[in-house]
Amino acid sequence: MSVAALLGALELGLIYAVMALGVFISFRTLNTPDLTVDGSFVLGAAVAAVLISEGGNPYLAMLAAFAAGLLAGCVTALLNTRLGIQPLLAGILVMLALYSVNLRVMDGRANIPLIDKPSLYRLFSGVLPEGTDTLACAFLVIVLIVFLLYLFLQTRLGFALRATGDNEVMVRACGIDSNKMKLLGLALSNGLVAASGSMIAQYQSYADVGMGLGMVVIGLASVIIGEVVFGTRPLWRRLAAVVLGSVLYRVVIAVALDLGMPATDLKLISAVIVTVALSAGGVRKMLARQAQRLPGK
Amino acid sequence: MITIEHLSKRFHAGTADEKVAVDDVSLHLEQGEFVTVIGSNGAGKSTLLNCIAGVCEADAGRIILDGTDITGMPEYRRSRWIGRVFQDPHMGTAYDMTIEENLAIAYSKNKPLSLSRGIRRQEREFFRERLAVLGLGLEDRLQDKVGLLSGGQRQALTLLMATIVRPKLLLLDEHTAALDPVTAAKVLQLTTEIVAESKLSTFMVTHNLQDALTAGTRTIMMDRGRIILDLKGPQRESMSVEELIALFAEKSGTKLRTDRMLLQ
Repeated sequence: MSVAALLGALELGLIYAVMALGVFISFRTLNTPDLTVDGSFVLGAAVAAVLISEGGNPYLAMLAAFAAGLLAGCVTALLNTRLGIQPLLAGILVMLALYSVNLRVMDGRANIPLIDKPSLYRLFSGVLPEGTDTLACAFLVIVLIVFLLYLFLQTRLGFALRATGDNEVMVRACGIDSNKMKLLGLALSNGLVAASGSMIAQYQSYADVGMGLGMVVIGLASVIIGEVVFGTRPLWRRLAAVVLGSVLYRVVIAVALDLGMPATDLKLISAVIVTVALSAGGVRKMLARQAQRLPGK
Repeated sequence: MITIEHLSKRFHAGTADEKVAVDDVSLHLEQGEFVTVIGSNGAGKSTLLNCIAGVCEADAGRIILDGTDITGMPEYRRSRWIGRVFQDPHMGTAYDMTIEENLAIAYSKNKPLSLSRGIRRQEREFFRERLAVLGLGLEDRLQDKVGLLSGGQRQALTLLMATIVRPKLLLLDEHTAALDPVTAAKVLQLTTEIVAESKLSTFMVTHNLQDALTAGTRTIMMDRGRIILDLKGPQRESMSVEELIALFAEKSGTKLRTDRMLLQ
């Protein structure tokens, strides 16, 4: 595999890690797999692409994408907490609705090109050698986000958020509105996902209405790979593991592509990785049960 | 401290399964009164506590806590004044968080949730002191996850969390029932100590008739959603478990039976 391909995998891994951290918040901290992600990722890309193609500042565009993601997450949370729709279904509904919303944001176009537009990856161009400036920017962003998230999860509010995924009964018994915590968690989660979408759009120089397909599965894969390979304790390590999991996922994909796997098989591979990771616990139990049963018969 | 007026709660209303869980219950607790609640399975003890805590909404009646009508108030808001310990030792704590993080959440009950630091150094010292009182060695395990604790340790921790900000009312719903007898006795002892120390108004549901008579200052007996017996003062002090069982049979016309009723 070429150095350029490896470098590319590293860059993509860091950028998608922002999305994976968002998935980490909903999946691990709130204990709900949130499918809004597939839509909010594109929403972020679409908002940023429209703003940048109109001459907007790429950093502000990323912030706007984050804000749009916050809103999308709020809608999912409200469908769940106010209207009593199951979390999984609420996510699917918002994901579906976002497909239309995203097309509206993109003014009916399925694709917005950003070639020769300013991007946030230009921050170090001219300062750092060609080829490393993009990586440096992606690295800076992810370090900043991990740091802020690490601080946030250790505040009183962060404690309450984490406890909500653990035990809602306890949270309410401690005088905390668990519904508000779900709103906060899903908003933050989708905000990060949308920010990641805006970064990918700038990285690949276009936003596409179909670019979010299977995003939640990729996020889950990154979270789980990270946990398995890098561990979960203490908290900083857990967050770093999500980033490293995302990078590892991209490297594996790059190697597979390098070995001649058709790019169209990517989604299948992602689904298989997550299936294996999620079923590992269940399979282990099943094997243990059978091992217990066999000698007796 | 708390006044309950004509409280009623039925489940599956209007169906063949309709069940009256709490039937026109009125009760008043003075500040510092420690009431033990006994009765057969399905007598409405837990439902009464759940109505007070706001877990389920009463169909009729009012609940007034220290002058505030809390009848329609959401569960989380009442929790500011009500401490709770549950039967299931898993219910009261967040298992994937550390002991000190759990305590910090309970300790911030009356403060707004902010972006301030989760645990300050003085708070950690305070938690350590309070944990030492439990006598379980938890003061040296502040950074252990609660998932590592035994059922008894968790119940003791939950008890501490429920009272670390002094509640106006403490609700204990068979909080020793899932523990082995030795641990149950220890947790009950801690309970009486903590309640006495802070002079907490308390409801304790129990299946153990001996505990019902020895702990607390007052005993009420429920049957089919109603309070059929309210014991306090000298009458309660001289009461034996056998007399209590006989009294139940007389008042309710049935035998007292529960799945775990202890007659020793």
